Amino acid sequence: MLGPLEGSVLDGNAIGGLLMSLFGTDMTAATGSCGFCGTVAQVAELAVYRSDLGTVVRCRTCDGVLMVFVEVRGVTCVDLEGLASLS
Amino acid sequence: MAGTAVRGRLSDPGGRPPQAPLAAWQTATVSSVTAETASVRTILLNVPDWPGHRAGQHLDVRLTAEDGYQAERSYSIASAPGEPLAITVERLEDGEVSPYLTEELRAGDQMEVRGPIGGYFVWEPEMGGPLLLAAGGSGVVPLRAIVRCRIMVGSSVPVRLLYSSRSWADVIYSGELSRPTPGVEVIHTLTRSHPDGWTGYTRRVDAAMLAEVAFRAAEGALAYVCGPTNFVEAVAAGLVGLGYPAGRVKTERFGASGQ
Repeated sequence: MLGPLEGSVLDGNAIGGLLMSLFGTDMTAATGSCGFCGTVAQVAELAVYRSDLGTVVRCRTCDGVLMVFVEVRGVTCVDLEGLASLS
Repeated sequence: MAGTAVRGRLSDPGGRPPQAPLAAWQTATVSSVTAETASVRTILLNVPDWPGHRAGQHLDVRLTAEDGYQAERSYSIASAPGEPLAITVERLEDGEVSPYLTEELRAGDQMEVRGPIGGYFVWEPEMGGPLLLAAGGSGVVPLRAIVRCRIMVGSSVPVRLLYSSRSWADVIYSGELSRPTPGVEVIHTLTRSHPDGWTGYTRRVDAAMLAEVAFRAAEGALAYVCGPTNFVEAVAAGLVGLGYPAGRVKTERFGASGQ
């Protein structure tokens, strides 16, 4: 399902610092629900792909894109559109 | 949820929102650097306003080059709560940050750190056990913090640490892990080479090994699995196959093996 990059897939622990800088609190133990398939998981359990271009967070069940983070000139652009909820 | 833009850099001139103390970068001064293996160092850090941490958490390190280029990496905290803050870093051959941390860094040097980070891959004494800890390579670092925490608080929770390394020379904390501790068992597997007379496991962790080593699912064990992504996937799937509820298997992935 995850393809050739599978071996380098991280998990939500890896973006704990990024999320803390954005939300002001730990989010790795927060619960998110996938807006595509409804899977509920803790943020630490989600699949995380990092590159120089940005960070993509996907659902482990359906591979749907839940969150995207891109930093441009010191501003982090956050797209949480794939999440039905985050709490 | 709607997309938003958030200012994410402390260096932004003016107008930045107030940041929670945990999210702020702080200056850490290196107290000491200790060799664990040929490519692994434990770095003791002094951070004046460190708020304390829990066993299993990590921190972010940020290095800034003279030209302003910055690189950030996450490292697991190696020390137990209440102990001086320490991280253990493995040098990655093609790494940007770890060669500096493992080869250039000296006592008195400074770096920026942010943390502690993580509320998921954390063990606290009241969470109980038994504890099944599974480490691949430097994935042992946060698990060592958990074992030290368990010993320091005088907990009697039974612990089994299944630790996969390439060779005995690659075993991190080998001296510490060899000291007998009541209630704490360390089971090594050496996947590439092993000393003459080695009677332990000599293969990658698989379902059969987990069935021999892991607490039975009925004992209600709590599992922490940390290492390269492929290792974590295999161990977590193996434990679920043995009947561990997925919610009792906590995982932290370091990325591609060989790192």
